[in-house]
Amino acid sequence: MKTQRWFTPWLLLGPALVWLLVFNLWPAINTVVLAFTNAKPLGGGSFTGVANFERMLNDDQLIYALVNSIVYMLVCLPLLLFLPLLLAVLLEKKLPGITFFRTAFYTPVIASAVVVALIWTWLLEDRGLVNGLAQQLGFLTEPLPFLSGRWLLLFSAISLTVWKGLGYYMIIYLSALGNVSRQLHEAAAVDGASPIRRFWSVTVPGVRTTMLLVSVLVTVSALRVFTELFVLTNGTGGPGGRTMSLVMLIQMYSRGFTGHLGYASALSLLLFVITVGPMLLLLRLNRKAA
Amino acid sequence: MTQLTTPPAGAPAKTPASAPKRRRRGSGFGTMRRREKLLRYALLLLALVVTVGPFVWQLSTSLKGAGESIYTSTPQFIPSDPTFDNYLRVAETIPVLSYAKNSLIVAAIAVIGNAVGATLAGFALAKLRFRGRTLFLALVLGTLVLPGEVTIISQYVTVRSLGLADTLVGVALPTTVAMLNVLLMRAAFMAIPDEMDEAAVIDGASAWQRLIHVGLPNVRGMLSVITIFAFIGAWDDFLWPLIVLTDPQNYTLTVGLQYLSGAFTSNPRVIAAGTMIAFIPIVIVFATLQRFFFRGVEEGAIKG
Repeated sequence: MKTQRWFTPWLLLGPALVWLLVFNLWPAINTVVLAFTNAKPLGGGSFTGVANFERMLNDDQLIYALVNSIVYMLVCLPLLLFLPLLLAVLLEKKLPGITFFRTAFYTPVIASAVVVALIWTWLLEDRGLVNGLAQQLGFLTEPLPFLSGRWLLLFSAISLTVWKGLGYYMIIYLSALGNVSRQLHEAAAVDGASPIRRFWSVTVPGVRTTMLLVSVLVTVSALRVFTELFVLTNGTGGPGGRTMSLVMLIQMYSRGFTGHLGYASALSLLLFVITVGPMLLLLRLNRKAA
Repeated sequence: MTQLTTPPAGAPAKTPASAPKRRRRGSGFGTMRRREKLLRYALLLLALVVTVGPFVWQLSTSLKGAGESIYTSTPQFIPSDPTFDNYLRVAETIPVLSYAKNSLIVAAIAVIGNAVGATLAGFALAKLRFRGRTLFLALVLGTLVLPGEVTIISQYVTVRSLGLADTLVGVALPTTVAMLNVLLMRAAFMAIPDEMDEAAVIDGASAWQRLIHVGLPNVRGMLSVITIFAFIGAWDDFLWPLIVLTDPQNYTLTVGLQYLSGAFTSNPRVIAAGTMIAFIPIVIVFATLQRFFFRGVEEGAIKG
């Protein structure tokens, strides 16, 4: 039965093969190569050994960026582990109109981070809605400078990431909740367990694996954060450039006459080293699920 | 807190809340107690205010005229005299229509490229036997370990050496065929039972005929998911176009918006109008296609 010529598969694979080689494998190799050069955004560059890595050791901004990443991760993790689960539990019951709520809760996910960050800028500015309401209700006597203090900026960005991520992780939890045993819930209810009790002793253990998946996803995305911080700080990285992330540093060195693609590549390698562990775990979790 | 004064539409007639009925289907919707239902709707509405409220506030700001104060101590969600002036101001300040066109071009390339490239490759990997298949798959899987930001600099070097720096094609190119989509399409093709395919093979169908007549009709769900993902991904992307594009004429909407707010105006009304111009098209796309979208996400098409 010879219906397939030897080149047929490769004809079909053609475009994907080109993209695999040119836009996936080659950039991975070239990142390593570039990290040992002083390449500039406008071209040129020569081999400079480990100079870029030495420079990393004395880069204060990099220290700030890494500290920010850790804080980002630590604050995002608990919030994005539980809030989306609560939303999913709310959406689980097939009440009338539930599809509308599901779609609405997902809207922040599909909006561009730039759009959302500009909305946040307007909400959080000195005379914005948040400060206004807080003063009106007597929580604050004067506006909090959400967009100008180093830590306040960071936490504003975190609040944005959490808000934008709610719907995304909610959907992941929603498909996991379908597998949580209904009998177990009913048995617990018959035994007189309160809804809160049932949440902790039936729902949470039931979605344990998904919680692991979510925490890895949150970790990786916290380490990759860019747009939120870039737009909220208007590209400056906050006071003294201290509210930056690693990816923001990479972007900063990618442009203009002061740019340094070699150093940016070295920073990219650092990002790789930080994220490779969680990424491998993610791949494993996804394959297990599939 | 949002108050629920009337029972939500569709609530069944009053059920005796106190009667401790035997719960045959404890969490079934027919037996849910009225109080629990009210509480659930109250919480749903609260969550709605949190998730959608900021968009409504932005929309409202964008429709407020210059005569209306936007800084009042009691926030007004309904503009007293709604106007589209701010949208015109956006168009006067930045070439927003051409930015939208640029975003659309990039998104169209991404949609077509991924639909074609991932379908062809996914089919070959799932249904054809050939040497090198395992290696190819391993390499594709390997690329998933790299977050896009890690290779973004060398990606830029590649695009620059192709002479495509500062072009829309340069923006669209790296993700025109995304490896994740290849894997997703492969999974979709693999879900087609082999028996269906074998009948076609015995009838002497070529690989191409099998793809068109047996494969495609069975992977429409996944195909729509990857095209929706490709569209949203391209339309929303910011970091990559920010790196590739330098001439303000070539900006996509997201980069243009940041440009608008960073360089030209601090008028919240105009910025609000700008964000709505970028936001509304994606909401329309999403609202129209959300049925496919959620089905696909439930099938496990979740991006990492």
